[in-house]
Amino acid sequence: MKVIIIDDEPLARSIIKEYLQFHPELELIAECNDGFEGVKAIQQYQPDLIFLDIQMPKINGFEMLELVEDPPSVIFTTAFDEYALKAFESHAVDYLLKPFSRGRFDKAISKWLQTGKNLSGKEQLGQLLETVSSSPSEQHRVVVKLSGKIRIIPVEDIHYLEAADDYVKIHTREGGFLKNKTMGHFETILNKSQFVRTHRSYMVNISEITRIDPYEKDNHLAILKSGARVPVSKTGYVKLKSVLGL
Amino acid sequence: MGACGIVSNILRFYLPYSNRYIYVLLLCLTFSLLVNALGKSILNLSLNDPPFKEYIPFLANTYWIRLGIDFLMICCMAVICVLWYTQEEEQENRQRKNDAEKLSRDAELYKLRQQLQPHFLFNSLNSISALIVSNPEQARNMIHQLSDFLRTTLRKEEEQWVKMEEELQSLELYLEIEKVRFGHRLSTSIVKDERSGQMLIPPMLLQPVVENAIKFGLYDTTEDVTICISVSTENDMLKVTVQNPFDPETASPRHGTGFGLNSVKRRLYLLFARTDLVETSSMDHVFTTTINIPKHESDHH
Repeated sequence: MKVIIIDDEPLARSIIKEYLQFHPELELIAECNDGFEGVKAIQQYQPDLIFLDIQMPKINGFEMLELVEDPPSVIFTTAFDEYALKAFESHAVDYLLKPFSRGRFDKAISKWLQTGKNLSGKEQLGQLLETVSSSPSEQHRVVVKLSGKIRIIPVEDIHYLEAADDYVKIHTREGGFLKNKTMGHFETILNKSQFVRTHRSYMVNISEITRIDPYEKDNHLAILKSGARVPVSKTGYVKLKSVLGL
Repeated sequence: MGACGIVSNILRFYLPYSNRYIYVLLLCLTFSLLVNALGKSILNLSLNDPPFKEYIPFLANTYWIRLGIDFLMICCMAVICVLWYTQEEEQENRQRKNDAEKLSRDAELYKLRQQLQPHFLFNSLNSISALIVSNPEQARNMIHQLSDFLRTTLRKEEEQWVKMEEELQSLELYLEIEKVRFGHRLSTSIVKDERSGQMLIPPMLLQPVVENAIKFGLYDTTEDVTICISVSTENDMLKVTVQNPFDPETASPRHGTGFGLNSVKRRLYLLFARTDLVETSSMDHVFTTTINIPKHESDHH
């Protein structure tokens, strides 16, 4: 079975390598310094299991997983992350607290061999990522992938969000980016005094609004600085007014 | 006189609210009436003898005047007492407030110094755990560095101010440990002028600044990172600059004011009552934090 280690600290990788020697059935096929390398290596090698650090340069372990279409099984390795730990406890994913002993490592491996291996990464991770990415500390940016390149969008740069089938289209100055999430997800992760769900399929950054025009019956249109016109439903208008303090 | 004494005693324990002064007035009036009635009966008794009998009508005529004088005297006493006790109470309040402020300030300083990142400790231990097999010598070395660093941070708890060179030594220890963790990615440069080494600074003041630089240098870029620290003296002020690379594309403006820098600002404010001692700037992918520390009074030794 193929294994990849993703951790930005060389010594942290070397200790996993050392412990892996005692598991000849697991073959280490790649080591990655950061999330970008991680995404590439996962696509290239299709590993069965990854060891993933959480705090890493640029994009953290969770953000990296969001970018992988069909994530493999994961064993998280982390020094200390109270919030994340809470999230793990209720899921089928194991985590190793640094520094961890060989005994603890072996336990994680055998747990995975017995149960986790048979679950798909999606089953294992879906709920976990949803919980973690709605953590308050994660809402200052959104990570997306556009034709193989990873983009980190600070939330201030988002003009508005638009629902598009199973995706949400994130409109920014540099164009639109698709993210495989629901509007409801963005409603929970984005600051409610900054982003308002003006419509079933639209959410708008209020600092981008220049004016609000009436439009057909009870509906309105929010005109943004960029010139974009965002639909505002009857209930959306009420929400918008209360947030703007009108 | 007795009446004045009683009034002042009452007011010592009961200070009227500002809108209740009418009670004090009524109190004074009651007392003056009482005193007058008392005086009248005593005088009437003592003047009952024949040679003084002619004074009795005079006494009756001056009743209102005497009542007025008594009332005025008691009122004066009351006013003086109210002023005196109010001031005393105010002084007491001020003292209490000062004490409370000092306590909370001490607690806060203690807490701010204590904010050692658990991440750092656990990750260092993890590195040592890895080194024990691959490079026992370096593992031992790192244990010593880590112990020295922890010891300085603990010892400094008791000290008010430390020499700049001591502070730099402990920063160096910290950076050496981080270098082991991050391998070739991290390099550092420390420059200081001769005079600054002997100047005094609050202990562990720079630690959060350097932690901040490491955090944004190492976690905001994927390239190699150099952290530069330079210390100089300018007009009796210690000037410390810490520079780290960052990526302007992804670093949101909020990043510059992480917890680390806020704690430094707060500490400097508590010590010097100034808010202009920490400055940050960013240019060409380099983030610079400048900290100015005013000279400490006992700097001459």
